Amino acid sequence: MRIRFHRKLDDLKERLLVMAGMAEQAIQRAVEAYRVRDISLCDLVVRSEISINSFEREIDQMALDLLAMEQPMAIDLRFILAVIKINADLERVGDQAVSIADRVRDLQAFPVVDLPVDIPRMASLASAMVRKALQAFIEADAELATSVLTMDDNVDKINDSAFFALSNLIKEQPRHTPQALHALMIARNLERVADHATNIAEDVIFWVRGADVRHHQST
Amino acid sequence: MGVAIEVSDLNAWYGTNHTLQSISLKIPANHATALIGPSGCGKSTFVRCLNRMHETNPIGRVTGTVRVGQTDIYAQASPVEIRRRIGMVFQRPNPFPTMSIYDNVASGLRLNGFRNRKVLDEVVERSLQQAALWEEVKNDLKKKSGASLSGGQQQRLCIARALAVDPEVMLMDEPASALDPVSTAKIEDLIFQLKSQYTIVIVTHNMQQAARVAENTGFFLNGKLVEFDATHKIFTNPTDKRTEDYITGRFG
Repeated sequence: MRIRFHRKLDDLKERLLVMAGMAEQAIQRAVEAYRVRDISLCDLVVRSEISINSFEREIDQMALDLLAMEQPMAIDLRFILAVIKINADLERVGDQAVSIADRVRDLQAFPVVDLPVDIPRMASLASAMVRKALQAFIEADAELATSVLTMDDNVDKINDSAFFALSNLIKEQPRHTPQALHALMIARNLERVADHATNIAEDVIFWVRGADVRHHQST
Repeated sequence: MGVAIEVSDLNAWYGTNHTLQSISLKIPANHATALIGPSGCGKSTFVRCLNRMHETNPIGRVTGTVRVGQTDIYAQASPVEIRRRIGMVFQRPNPFPTMSIYDNVASGLRLNGFRNRKVLDEVVERSLQQAALWEEVKNDLKKKSGASLSGGQQQRLCIARALAVDPEVMLMDEPASALDPVSTAKIEDLIFQLKSQYTIVIVTHNMQQAARVAENTGFFLNGKLVEFDATHKIFTNPTDKRTEDYITGRFG
């Protein structure tokens, strides 16, 4: 039994989950900052990005060391590859949170208007996808991961309808263009978060089943 | 992809110990096939059955069929003929210590009755070239003994000796396990070169080595062939849980 190696794999998983928790929290805070226009929450998001980036480097280094020193095979090799990719996706989730926080800061210069896009609902769907994908990662559950893939369409639909509704708003009420554009970009950020959750779910399926389901491939 | 060796329902015993149990597989021609598995799993016994070496053990017994090309090696050929057609390289290089480098390579041919000096010279040079040893020894062919070479060179000398009789198949039983990384890399490069002309079966404990040199890999456990598949499949996504447990070190 390669006990020491498998302990190191457990450590890697644990570190990734700590980072995942931070990325998830960053999105929640950024969306809350948008909802209540709270700049102090934006500062927390920006600060957390520094930690997320440092986790990304640490996890990549751990994975690189394991690849170089332990020559993993089969499910262990797939696990480490999945971790490297999930790590990159989580770091991008953190970046999306920072983008949202930046938009919220910029929005401070404009009056609050009622916009035809339900950002909190979109955020809650995207966050649920991230949470479910990570749960699938924790439990090595490919079925749960598969269920995440079907959720992405809902977020895409909200994003598409937000695009049309906000475009119309800009045409009809040009004075609200800055707010509409910021909201459009935030919707886009959340749509990207959902895409990252989809990637994470695909990586879990690859790890557990050895199947590449990206781009609607089934093997 | 032609089949070089076809094994059907092969069983082998050492006394009452049933060391190989009903092995069937097709080894493709002009490819390298790796055999992996824990110590005592039967992989070395298996390769020794492929050139009738197993029966040289007084308590060894074999049943089943091994076809090399069209020949049923147990029914239609003598052990001597089979060992000419199927060369073997062992874990520890075993050159004839008192013979010169030249005589080591020529020994197989001489045993088969070749005496023509010119032919022998040509075969010795060609075999040493094929074994990637020629440049290192060409000036000392008759001056130095096989035993005076380094471990890695001795192993390549043994490969040259096996190639000199122009076999169809080369069996290699842990050919690099006693060598340093540089010599190991040379042997692996050599296997890569040789497989365009020969069918190679390599027993190895080094899974990275199997992954590097072999197109197909078989996993043996407790005398049974658990899984035989493309090497990339075995090492990234094996079908059998036992294979996965072995290659990921979750055994025992």
